Amino acid sequence: MADLVSHPDEVKVVSRRFGLGAANLDRYLELDGYKAVQKALAMQSADIIEEVKKSNLRGRGGAGFPTGLKWSFVPKESAKPKYVLCNGDESEPGTCKDRLIFEHDPHAVIEGAVIAGLAVGARKAYIYVRGEYRYLSLIMQKAIADAYGRGFLGKNIFGSGIDFDVFWHGGAGAYEVGEESALMESLEGKRGIPRIRPPFPAVVGLWGGPTVINNVETLASVPHIMLGGGEWFANLGTPRNGGTRLFCLSGHMNRCGVYELPLGYNLKKMIYEVGGGITGGRSLKAVVPGGSSTPLFRADEIDVAMDFDSVAKAGSMLGSGGVTAIDDQTCMVKFALRIIKFYQHESCGWCIPCREGTDWIKKSLTRFHAGGGLRKDIDDVKYLAQNMLGRTFCPLGDAAAMPIISIVDKFRDEFEAHLEGRPCPHAKEGDAANALLPMLAH
Amino acid sequence: MRFSDAFEARFTEMLTHYPTKRSVLVPTLLFAQDEVGYVSEDVIAELATRLELTTLDVRNVMSYYSMLVTKPRGKYNVQVCTNIACTLKGGDELLSHCAKRLGIGHKGTTADGQFSLEEVECIGACSWAPAIQVNYDFHENLDVPKMDAVLDGYAKK
Amino acid sequence: MGTRGFGFGMADANITVDGKKITAPAGSLLIDACKNAGIEIPSFCYYPNLSLQGACRMCVVRVDAPKMPKLQTACTTTISDGMVVTTDSEEVKQSRKAVVEILLGNHPLDCPVCDAGGQCELQDMTFTYGASESRYVEPKNHKQEQQWSPVVFFDSPRCILCYRCVRVCNEAMDVAALGVENRGVSSLIVPNGGDHLDCEECGMCIDICPVGALTSGSYRYKTRPWEMNHVSTICTHCGDGCKTTLGVRSSEAGMEILRGDNRDKSGINDDFLCIKGRYAFDFANREDRLRQPLVRKNGVLTAVTWEEAVTAVGDKFAEVKQSGGVFGVIGSPRSTNEEAYLLQKFARSTLGTNNIDHQRTADFPAFVSALAGKPEMAGSMRDAYMVPAILLLGGDATDEHPLLAYQVRNNVRLHSAKLYVVNSQEIKLKRQAAEFAQIPAGTESGVAAFLAGDDSAVAAIATAITSADAWRALRETLRSAQNLLIAFSSDLQGDGIANIAKFAGSVSGAKVICLADYANSRGVADMGLYPDLLPGYASAAKAGLDLAGMSAAAQQGKLGALLVVGANPVYDLGFAADSLNNTFVVVQDMFLTETAAIADVVLPSASAYETSGTFTNTSGDLQLVKKAGDLHGTKPDFEIIVRIASAMGVDVSTLVPLGAGTTADMGQSRGAQSGEADRSAVYLQKQGLEARVSPFDAAALFDEIQRLVPGYDVSRMNLMAGNDVRTTTAGKAAALPASRGESLRPAHDTLFSSGSLGRYSRVLNSVAENRDSKLVEVAAD
Ligand SMILES: Cc1cc2nc3c(=O)[nH]c(=O)nc-3n(C[C@H](O)[C@H](O)[C@H](O)COP(=O)(O)O)c2cc1C
Ligand code: SF4
Ligand code: FES
Repeated sequence: MADLVSHPDEVKVVSRRFGLGAANLDRYLELDGYKAVQKALAMQSADIIEEVKKSNLRGRGGAGFPTGLKWSFVPKESAKPKYVLCNGDESEPGTCKDRLIFEHDPHAVIEGAVIAGLAVGARKAYIYVRGEYRYLSLIMQKAIADAYGRGFLGKNIFGSGIDFDVFWHGGAGAYEVGEESALMESLEGKRGIPRIRPPFPAVVGLWGGPTVINNVETLASVPHIMLGGGEWFANLGTPRNGGTRLFCLSGHMNRCGVYELPLGYNLKKMIYEVGGGITGGRSLKAVVPGGSSTPLFRADEIDVAMDFDSVAKAGSMLGSGGVTAIDDQTCMVKFALRIIKFYQHESCGWCIPCREGTDWIKKSLTRFHAGGGLRKDIDDVKYLAQNMLGRTFCPLGDAAAMPIISIVDKFRDEFEAHLEGRPCPHAKEGDAANALLPMLAH
Repeated sequence: MRFSDAFEARFTEMLTHYPTKRSVLVPTLLFAQDEVGYVSEDVIAELATRLELTTLDVRNVMSYYSMLVTKPRGKYNVQVCTNIACTLKGGDELLSHCAKRLGIGHKGTTADGQFSLEEVECIGACSWAPAIQVNYDFHENLDVPKMDAVLDGYAKK
Repeated sequence: MGTRGFGFGMADANITVDGKKITAPAGSLLIDACKNAGIEIPSFCYYPNLSLQGACRMCVVRVDAPKMPKLQTACTTTISDGMVVTTDSEEVKQSRKAVVEILLGNHPLDCPVCDAGGQCELQDMTFTYGASESRYVEPKNHKQEQQWSPVVFFDSPRCILCYRCVRVCNEAMDVAALGVENRGVSSLIVPNGGDHLDCEECGMCIDICPVGALTSGSYRYKTRPWEMNHVSTICTHCGDGCKTTLGVRSSEAGMEILRGDNRDKSGINDDFLCIKGRYAFDFANREDRLRQPLVRKNGVLTAVTWEEAVTAVGDKFAEVKQSGGVFGVIGSPRSTNEEAYLLQKFARSTLGTNNIDHQRTADFPAFVSALAGKPEMAGSMRDAYMVPAILLLGGDATDEHPLLAYQVRNNVRLHSAKLYVVNSQEIKLKRQAAEFAQIPAGTESGVAAFLAGDDSAVAAIATAITSADAWRALRETLRSAQNLLIAFSSDLQGDGIANIAKFAGSVSGAKVICLADYANSRGVADMGLYPDLLPGYASAAKAGLDLAGMSAAAQQGKLGALLVVGANPVYDLGFAADSLNNTFVVVQDMFLTETAAIADVVLPSASAYETSGTFTNTSGDLQLVKKAGDLHGTKPDFEIIVRIASAMGVDVSTLVPLGAGTTADMGQSRGAQSGEADRSAVYLQKQGLEARVSPFDAAALFDEIQRLVPGYDVSRMNLMAGNDVRTTTAGKAAALPASRGESLRPAHDTLFSSGSLGRYSRVLNSVAENRDSKLVEVAAD
């Protein structure tokens, strides 16, 4: 459904089969489908993990945790069944890549999940797809059914003597459910409230059994690693940051779209060359480098290699791969307000700092943007965000706090320009949003 | 309570996927809503019985998820994303345009029951912003004229 | 999760907190380890023995810096050897202050009118962390207060979402009537009925709420915590003996009870109370309480002075005695031990009759005799929470013995005790049962016989659910159980009890509890309110008339006088009203009951909450009953009996020993200092002088009870300190003839009824009506 784009700098690994009709099983098989899982079936589980470790694959869901290492945390022996859980809740604003994988290469997700299961000794995998992605759920369900039909799933897969089940599961609208422990709660039919950790899911996860949780893109990378080798994959990226990534370019860029670029690709280049520069000939003001939860870069801070470590060193996070460019006509107060509105709406409400902090900041910024701001609000907003940072029950509080702190710090002058009853200086004539943004009901 | 055969088949099948019954609850609520139009008291009671839960349990879970609603809404639920990528590309204008054209606000329903309007959070269409979903269908790279065309299309259906 | 706090049998871990070395079992929670070492860590959501939440973020501390980059929640951190913890740094204090600040943002500042004001944890935290200056200038989220039941109100803006109420209802009560709806800042605590609660109305959620979000229908907006006297006494309703702390205020009538709770967890019930202990004190404040003695004049009950009324009784009793008339005396299982002892002493020595009885709800004589010589086999209420295995035989403890049910349920939950339920019905505790054996109704004694070894008894108790084979297997399981606690209902009597005791005797460490219905059923049995048994179950030389005998005598016009203390024989003990036409009837009661209405003299008595003394609960735990205050015009039964005796011309010191040998440390019976040590008496005694106590002092008689009733030689100091002490009547008393027939009248109370007292409680009535009307509604559709 969504348009595909391409750019000469792309290195197509995960997106290799995009646009080639690989949702069809026969087509998938023609494109090297289900070879990786057969290769994995012939391997020792420890060797699978070793190969993935070698690949320097790091989680594409946001935190960038080394995938091979995560798998190695799953205990060998377990009284309870082990599980693989594929996180397809994709809800981080700015992110729209898992959607393309589901649409164009659903079997790669299945294959990746089975290989993960073989690596850790699980025999069941669940693929959780966010509720809004109905058409993708249907594609996924069909892919699973087709794989069962060929004996690639179910009893004695590929004659290996191993039984393996893969099931689809659907959400019903909740960003927080993308957080791994809330995801398990949701799958178990509960409210999406995260769990106390430790114990970590690798030890105590779904229904108490050890569970590996990986992002869609992470799992879709795994078959390629199996076939191409860990070293090959690692070499695509930078040290400790193996492979490529689907970057979702959005905002004020001329050629928005999802591009697969090697890790370490320069952000400035990404915006000006791959993304085709800023729309309308305007200039860049800020960039959200990894989904709405990451601290923003100012236009002069974007000469950064886009891998986990470099972006962290530059004071932000590679996050979920959502790169949003913001032009110089944009009101950063309004932008901060839109971000906090999202986190306020999506906070599960479990802990005090996140539940009350996001609500408070949202109310303050709403008033502030509408011209009712006080000078002390600027520091108060930052104070609240700082007191959420690192203090909440799960990282959603951090996700809400980090961009807010960075916007207040980096665009303080824009806040000041709103003071003393002045309306938003970026407002256009007749801009309804200037009076009050449309507000979500909760 | 009667659901469609397809619902029943999927429900029965899904129960076999998990070690606990209640695990099917979240997707099943959404499927039930697709059939009934909303999560009615009957749906709550029915699922509670089937999954050996209390109706309180079902309500607590249901009310957590933003796609699930307890009141009927229009035949076409127009969901306009105004999150970061969409707001930068005119999502707010789309929303106010829809509000004006349909004469309803956030979570409102037109008098003829054809349309509901909802401002929603990121729907995973950022690279193709601004985007909306009407029921489960995506419409992307919109502007006001295209938006009108989309609405016209549904109005004619 | 809940078991984590216990840490039994775990190795010790040495940790350092704020530079101080602490030792605690490895794996215990940091918050508990600190608390035990005197380092207080603030918390809202943490509550001992409920599941962990980590939700409020008040308990943050720094653990093992710099290895752990973030502050950690002490309520979810388990300790391990070598851990280094900082709880008092600026960083920690700042973080806690911020939580309070952020919380107060949306919190209504209605402390001046909030019920919780003065005992609100949020208020205390604000005080401690100095977050009183608010940065918040936004409008607050508002919502209307809701009434969820006659006793539970909810004011959601005050709620801080600590989930204590939800957990206590789910986990400790196993009722699951509360949940959380919506998410984020719209999250709401909600009741199971949509807009109302469908539950046991225990009120645990109200008392556990750290703020004023959940409030009590009976207490809300009536007063402030600091304006009440708080008196710890024992609930007057069922036989389990929960401690309830009454919040009392003086009023025109003398006093008014406003609240019952056990927030200080000082009793055998920890913080548990059922609806009766928490709310059903309201009978005491009814406007129709009798406050003036009544004497029948020209056929009409007429208000008179105490002097006149007591004289009328004394004269008439003396006359009946003179003329060799027959007396009958009926006591109450709600009287204190001292009152019961005095009443039987008065009957036997003053009136000269053994015609004395009470509403018996369990066969304690058989129980005591079955356990003769084996005091260690009598189980206590605390045992029910601690033993590894429990057999519940008959009855529905959830309704009839709410505390026992609570103890058992939480023992299973927190200590993984094994529960075996034998019942003809699928009672609620079946949910906690490791095994449930169903029997045909009325075959409890068959179970006892089978357990005791009579294999032929199995035919009568086998059902479709529990086959003969299953029974044999269950018996084996029970036989090999360690420290099994057996609690049986009044369905077992006489031989049945002997059999169960025989079986228990064969199981290593087994204990037994005999379940009876009223607050002091056990005590009045121990005190000898029987026609054939003296205090301590010693046989009377010649048995008098029991209830049936007295009723028959009245019917035949042979009952000269009947003294009824706190009972209502016309209503519920089988006395026909008109049979008493030729009997001189004296009633001591709180209300103009059916019996009082036909009496010749009615003497308004104090309730248990206006009385000092002791109660013995159904499992033999002896506890202090402390009076909360005086209601003008009434007198405790103890004093009334002494006054009657005096009016008959008896030297009262023969009834209540005055002088040498007595101590007055249980205080005067009346006045502000009542229930507390009588300091002057203590002083006098220290000086070697005689303490002159009042003849109305129940404590004076307790000395005699301690001396003369076997098993009551308990530690007086422990008792006075407000602790429960164990009586060992069962075990000390002499064996009785095995086939001493008992005619029991069990109350079969539910959570919402309480013998003949329940109908005077507005709370119980309104809850019961509320439920009935709902049933009707359901039935109508
Ligand atoms: C609030 C929150 C939302 C998240 N949402 C997602 C999501 O939508 N998809 C996803 O893959 N990971 C999400 N994550 C990250 C997951 O918790 C988890 O780290 C990830 O699924 C692990 O997979 P990976 O190691 O392959 O990245 C989220 C985390 C948080 C704290
Ligand atoms: S009502 Fe009270 S106990 Fe329940 S969550 Fe709210 S503050 Fe906590
Ligand atoms: S007490 Fe630890 S988070 Fe509430």
